Amino acid sequence: MTDAAELRERTRALLAAHPPATTGRTDFLRARFDAGLAWVHYPAGLGGLDAPRSLQAVVDAELAAAGAPDNDPRRIGIGLGMAAPTLLAHGSGEVASRFLRPLWTGEEVWCQLFSEPGAGSDLAALATRAVRDEATGDWIVDGQKVWTSSAHTARWAILIARTDPGLPKHRGITYFVCDMTDPGVEVRPLRQITGEAEFNEVFLTGVRIPDAHRLGAVGDGWRVAQTTLMNERVSIGGARIPREGGMIGKAAAVWRDRPGLRTHALHRRLLGLWVDAEVARLTGERLRQQLVAGEPGPEGSAMKLGFARLNQAISGLEVELLGDEGLLYEDWTMRRPELVDFTGRDAGYRYLRSKGNSIEGGTSEVLLNIVAERVLGLPPEPRNDKDVPWKDLAR
Amino acid sequence: MSPESPRNPHGPDSPPSPDGLQGPGSPDALRGHEPDLLYSDTEDALRDAVRSLLADRAGHQTVLDRIETGDPYPTGLWQALAAGIGAAGLLVPEKLGGQGASHREAAVVLEELGRAVAPAPYLTSAVVATETLLALGPGDGPAAGLLAAMAAGERTAVLAVPLTTAPRTAFEATGPVRAVADAAAADVLLVPRPDGLYAVPAAEAVITPVTPLDLTRPLAVVDAGGSAGTRLAGGGESRAAVRRGLLAGAGLLASEQLGLAEWCLEETVRHTRERYQFNRPVGSFQALKHRMAHLWLDLVGARAAARAAADALAAGAADAELTVAVAQAYCSGVAVRAAEECVQLHGGIGMTWEHPAHLALKRAKADQVALGTAGHHQDVVADLAELPAPA
Repeated sequence: MTDAAELRERTRALLAAHPPATTGRTDFLRARFDAGLAWVHYPAGLGGLDAPRSLQAVVDAELAAAGAPDNDPRRIGIGLGMAAPTLLAHGSGEVASRFLRPLWTGEEVWCQLFSEPGAGSDLAALATRAVRDEATGDWIVDGQKVWTSSAHTARWAILIARTDPGLPKHRGITYFVCDMTDPGVEVRPLRQITGEAEFNEVFLTGVRIPDAHRLGAVGDGWRVAQTTLMNERVSIGGARIPREGGMIGKAAAVWRDRPGLRTHALHRRLLGLWVDAEVARLTGERLRQQLVAGEPGPEGSAMKLGFARLNQAISGLEVELLGDEGLLYEDWTMRRPELVDFTGRDAGYRYLRSKGNSIEGGTSEVLLNIVAERVLGLPPEPRNDKDVPWKDLAR
Repeated sequence: MSPESPRNPHGPDSPPSPDGLQGPGSPDALRGHEPDLLYSDTEDALRDAVRSLLADRAGHQTVLDRIETGDPYPTGLWQALAAGIGAAGLLVPEKLGGQGASHREAAVVLEELGRAVAPAPYLTSAVVATETLLALGPGDGPAAGLLAAMAAGERTAVLAVPLTTAPRTAFEATGPVRAVADAAAADVLLVPRPDGLYAVPAAEAVITPVTPLDLTRPLAVVDAGGSAGTRLAGGGESRAAVRRGLLAGAGLLASEQLGLAEWCLEETVRHTRERYQFNRPVGSFQALKHRMAHLWLDLVGARAAARAAADALAAGAADAELTVAVAQAYCSGVAVRAAEECVQLHGGIGMTWEHPAHLALKRAKADQVALGTAGHHQDVVADLAELPAPA
């Protein structure tokens, strides 16, 4: 059993052998991975030490104090949060050891090829086909994916595709690792209402995937994808959020600094939203305390719904509050930002970007269904697609 | 019951941080203490005891049977709650004859009273009047004797102010006082007069019941002008004490509203699962599901807000007034929405006298204007968070 003292010792040994001041960033990250200090709860040999996840904080604190570089986790969130747990749970030992090290160090960026133009909320209806090439055993993939962040920088993708159209939709899907440098992969930026392109469309034409890059059994891809999707909501961090910590802080600051903009109607709305934002903050704090106490509740699903509604309302108010200035927009130039900042740029940008908050990562309507059925125990909608072969579904 | 130390039951000692957390550039008033927003084992045990007592003595049928009799308080309920469980003395230190617990535990009692929509002078006597007397810093004077008797469940007292009085409102009785809650159940009236706070035996005042919107919380016009009573404190001290009593009342009312809203949602879910129309449970229709899911989201927020208010009051936190204002501004609307949805989603049965949904609706609507409206509490937020109205 690895304890905090031992981890501290191992971390100090790593720092002594590879002083951050004189070691290149990638070399340091590789050495950290090889020392089992990347993610201590992962298995030994795969960047971890089979230690309790909570002890990661011990390692991180030592490394931060020594000024060691980190792997910029925000930039490689899809790899860390979604691909890695799936590779670990469903990949062979060979696959896991090939992919996890460069994934963790950020040398190889990952993206996720799940959503399709015809399969959004109903992801299991996806139509991208993977057909076995009997001569080589490889899979040949054709189809179109959408809303893919990082596709233009990614080396690898996690991909779900239909391998048996004759089965009901959930049962004919298989999960793969896709090489983004395959000549059949074409990535096009998808411009959003903000003017920029955080996401891409990905066209797959005759893409060849070796059978060794299949994760899980043929036809078991939906179950494998659950591992990915369950990890999409990366564990909520340990930090408390201060009052006025989110978007409400921006609106409140404008209100305080610009008395000339104040009207009675906007005042009422601002106060209502300030209260709602404070309650949302307390809700997040309560959830955090439940997690710390080891009693996670279903309140997590409330957070995203509330966050979307609040961000939209607050940024909308801010545009109105700013009057003439609210009519302006910083810059419509098409850009491809690496990171998204919901509270960044100007009020107009925030207003437009927040429209995505109730769509991305599960629409608010689908999340409300999930709350109703899984939390409240209300009966499901009647389903007429469960036992119908995918090829016979209306499209 | 004898609650243990109510503070921080969940983890290592983490005393309220004096310098808390603060967003960049925001006013000092936003500095907060670190609230404990969970329920302790002691609080859960207290909840179980109160819930089972209420199921026994104050089921909805019992309440419905009594509300038109002029005496809605269920027989034996107050005695069992106040003295048997010891709930009346939760806020009172042990050396003054109480349980030495805190607002956190009293909040749990109020959640349960809200769920049951039970008639009991708990908010009025065991919270508002008790906190007012505690604020006087009673040593061994008449206030101490009264507090001890109240904590033991032997006497009840209510503050003779309209139920609508908000903490920041300076109220002084110069004539008959309208809409005093639970005066009918009080042995003693605490009367704020221009020169101080007076204890007047209820028997020496003229208490005239009026017909309330919420039959589970009786209202009366109170005229205590005919009795001198006993002076407990002078003018300045009295005003500060009344304000503190009403602040505790407003903060813990949020827990009553939370409990009420929770019952409304549970009953609505239960009904819509069982009620079939169009060959389906009506709860399988998305239009209804989404309304109930929205209510659940409201409840999750209300729980965090109500817990924060109770915890801030218990800790005597510097930001208690702001936290209470946030809780009231939020929870009063949640309770009304939950009760209104409960009536609507029950369809015809929700409109009948025999179904208890109307008890919750009337209580929620009355609670919405009790101890300051949401708008009043928003104004307090505006003041404390430095978000001033247009000049």
